[in-house]
Amino acid sequence: MRYFSNWKWVVAALVIVVAAAGSGCKKKASDPFPATNAIAGWQKTSETRTFDAKNLWQYIDGDAEQYISAGVVSTSTSDYKYQGQLEATVDVYTMGDATGAGKILEAGQTKEAKAVQVGDAGIAFTQSVIFRKGPTLVRIVAYQSTSDTPQALLALAHGVEGKL
Amino acid sequence: MKSRREFIKTTATGALILGSQSKLGLAAMLDKPTGAGKSKVVVARDAALHGANGQLDEKRVQALLDRAIAAYTGREKPVEAWKRIVPVGKVIGLKVNGLGGKGISTHAALVLAICERLQQAGVKPGEIIVWDRGPRDLEACGLTISTDPSRIRCYGNDVGGYEDQPVAFGAANNVKLAKILSRECEMVINLPILKDHQLSGVTFSMKNMYGVVQHPNELHPNGCNPGVADLNCIPTVREKVRFTIGDAMTSVYEGGPGFHPEHLWQPNALIVGEDRVAVDHTAWQMLERKRAEVGVPTLEAANRPPRYIATAADADHNLGTNDPQRMHLMEI
Repeated sequence: MRYFSNWKWVVAALVIVVAAAGSGCKKKASDPFPATNAIAGWQKTSETRTFDAKNLWQYIDGDAEQYISAGVVSTSTSDYKYQGQLEATVDVYTMGDATGAGKILEAGQTKEAKAVQVGDAGIAFTQSVIFRKGPTLVRIVAYQSTSDTPQALLALAHGVEGKL
Repeated sequence: MKSRREFIKTTATGALILGSQSKLGLAAMLDKPTGAGKSKVVVARDAALHGANGQLDEKRVQALLDRAIAAYTGREKPVEAWKRIVPVGKVIGLKVNGLGGKGISTHAALVLAICERLQQAGVKPGEIIVWDRGPRDLEACGLTISTDPSRIRCYGNDVGGYEDQPVAFGAANNVKLAKILSRECEMVINLPILKDHQLSGVTFSMKNMYGVVQHPNELHPNGCNPGVADLNCIPTVREKVRFTIGDAMTSVYEGGPGFHPEHLWQPNALIVGEDRVAVDHTAWQMLERKRAEVGVPTLEAANRPPRYIATAADADHNLGTNDPQRMHLMEI
């Protein structure tokens, strides 16, 4: 009886170790999208949608090829609203490596781009912020332009950066 | 006594002519040059189309549409003009483009203005289908999904489905068409939005047909050439999609087809015509002028000229003309 009881404990311990190895050794996939009000004034207004490289065309048909050639692995997107009015979309592209993310960021450079301190490198326009952090490229676009837009987008960008 | 052909030739205003040669009652082969042997394209502009807040003025959109259609048909009264464009008792499709998202999709104000005139011309609400690939595209245009058959319907290919049997023309050799096009609509009015395109250079009238097939990504190789031209040669597309009312009220001159607000531009124009090649050529030139104005390289220099336009005009495709000498361009 005592032998049986010890055996049960050994099995239980093994199960716990195996389960821990299965989940704990992998880095948990992080959700880069700030929840509603996690960033002041910003509300998450849609479910997150995710596309792999093969079906990215369903989201950005015609644009997908440049991300694929830069080594995109997956893309997630979600909509946001600032103070109930300003609408924006956050796209998070997970590339194969930092070079791919840099390539896309570089392609978005124009003389109007303003360098911003987000992630490893970032640029901003009146209605958009693009930055990279490691192999991740983030693009945030607003659909309206108000005096608050640039600062609000930057705050959201920092919120996403903090979750990467 | 004049023959019927001569009568049509002399009375034509370059517009759509009623008759019996077409299944729809539209006599002239609409893709072919009209009037004095030239393809008519109307570019109608209103510099005050966007208000100080950047929002479209819906009343001005309606007025701009009326001016464009009046110039195209030669009929001053909108209802009379529209009666020459659409058959009565048939289902009319309005193919919009919401791919680029909220900031750069066919404007709902234009769609609603057309729906208003169609109904005044005798088309019943249930005979109008506004459609695109899926609900997100339609919502990006500012439209609301509706499948109620007694009202104007608005839904995507996700609801309508695709044909099981593929059709083919040239490189477009495994095309499964949207049933909304193949089965529901008798005539389609194409409502693209003018955009720069990373692969094809320009996306407007012919390229908008990528939204009527199940796997448009398969038609992307080689700058969408000859994919765009081949797709438009598929009989269902060629025959049903007869008229373009192109939305050039807002555009992106670079970075398309997605929404890039840093490259946003407001041409405040509609581009109207039956000859899809002439319409696309005109739109392309408009885009190039803007690129030159802001100092962006030409599409040729950027290594993505819209070669599919010339392909569509060649003898194998014969979808229209890309020769300015064979166009009658009216800028109003």
